Amino acid sequence: MSLSAKNIDCRRGDRLVLAGVNFTLAAGECLILRGPNGVGKSTLLRVLAGLAPAAGGKLDVDPDQIAYAGHLDAIKAQLTVAENLLFWAGVYGTGAAAAQATMDHFGLDIMADRFAHNLSAGQKRRLGLARLHLSGRSIWLLDEPTVSLDAEHVALFEAAFADHCAGGGIAIISTHLDLAIPSARTLDLGQFKSRPQTEANPFLEDFV
Amino acid sequence: MWALFRRDLALAVRSGGGFGLALAFFLILVMFVPFGVGSDRAILARIAPGILWIGALLASLLSLDRIFQLDSEDGTLDVLATSPLPMEGITAAKAAAHWVTTGVPLTVAAPVLGYLLGLPAPAYFWLVASLFTGTLSLSFIGMFGAALTVGVKRGGLLLSLLVLPLYVPTLIFGAQSVVRITQGLDPTPAWMLLTGLSLLSVAAMPFAGAMALRANLR
Repeated sequence: MSLSAKNIDCRRGDRLVLAGVNFTLAAGECLILRGPNGVGKSTLLRVLAGLAPAAGGKLDVDPDQIAYAGHLDAIKAQLTVAENLLFWAGVYGTGAAAAQATMDHFGLDIMADRFAHNLSAGQKRRLGLARLHLSGRSIWLLDEPTVSLDAEHVALFEAAFADHCAGGGIAIISTHLDLAIPSARTLDLGQFKSRPQTEANPFLEDFV
Repeated sequence: MWALFRRDLALAVRSGGGFGLALAFFLILVMFVPFGVGSDRAILARIAPGILWIGALLASLLSLDRIFQLDSEDGTLDVLATSPLPMEGITAAKAAAHWVTTGVPLTVAAPVLGYLLGLPAPAYFWLVASLFTGTLSLSFIGMFGAALTVGVKRGGLLLSLLVLPLYVPTLIFGAQSVVRITQGLDPTPAWMLLTGLSLLSVAAMPFAGAMALRANLR
């Protein structure tokens, strides 16, 4: 199992934000994406997850191994913590026992019967990230996972990401915070920033 | 798929769900008709099938935008799209859940409201039969419309404009299956066409909805 991106171009709206992104990850590797706001970290993760097409280049990855966690936590406020996790366990086919194990692992068992709309932002984040652990998938794509987490839980998730990679998984994490993941490589996306588009718009050409 | 279907049912009956919405709207609409039209029982009995069918159609339209919009807003749709569920399975499960939470309650409530309008006795069976199969096509066609407009903020107007023309055949055959029995004619041809339409929607719309969702996620 591996993930390789060769000369990937990413488009956000009509604008090309990243050009020629190259990297290869083998099993057990962790990649941290850095770069200023708007450079295209989220866009690249969406492309890797298969949620958006790459504007160019070749992406070699098994889509059935991807677990994606975006800015939003994908939590239903009207369901309890346990129900939210059981739903995802059902979707990923991993079963109720896995949901229980995940809750214990991330300290969510004490709030299992609380409705998700009563959770704080950090607790929601933990619930959202716990889904990755539950999915049983080996390639984790995380967009700013540590937002609104306290120091203790940042450490918990750093350990979880490190464990995942030690177990042969792959993780790609976009972040502004320094994460203490020993084996991680860092990729600065600033170097792939595409130059302002100078090519003429054919529609406007015809029109004018 | 089963997990998604069950979760949608649970969400619909929890607070803020769409379960009561369609039913309340249907009730209010039909109860207001005698106030507007007058209490002449002959007129009410004559327009009852049409009113009940239009009421059911508009009531099920009301909760359509919730099918995908809520999941899109909280990021669930992105995660579902990368999950092992096929997109066609997601759209089918969501439309089926919409039918169970709107179409079935509307079907159950319709005879009571029919009695309120003085619907003639032989028409009750066909009213229930036509709504039971007809609302299935309302949910599945509506799900397709919801999938098309999922990226549009407050796309309710666009959704109605897209879906209402597609609802016309369902409304015609549905109301006709009830009207024909009140006129002493055989309602089975209209009902068969209606059910055929519903089966076609159930078979085709999940695929159309999945294509629309894939295009909208980009």
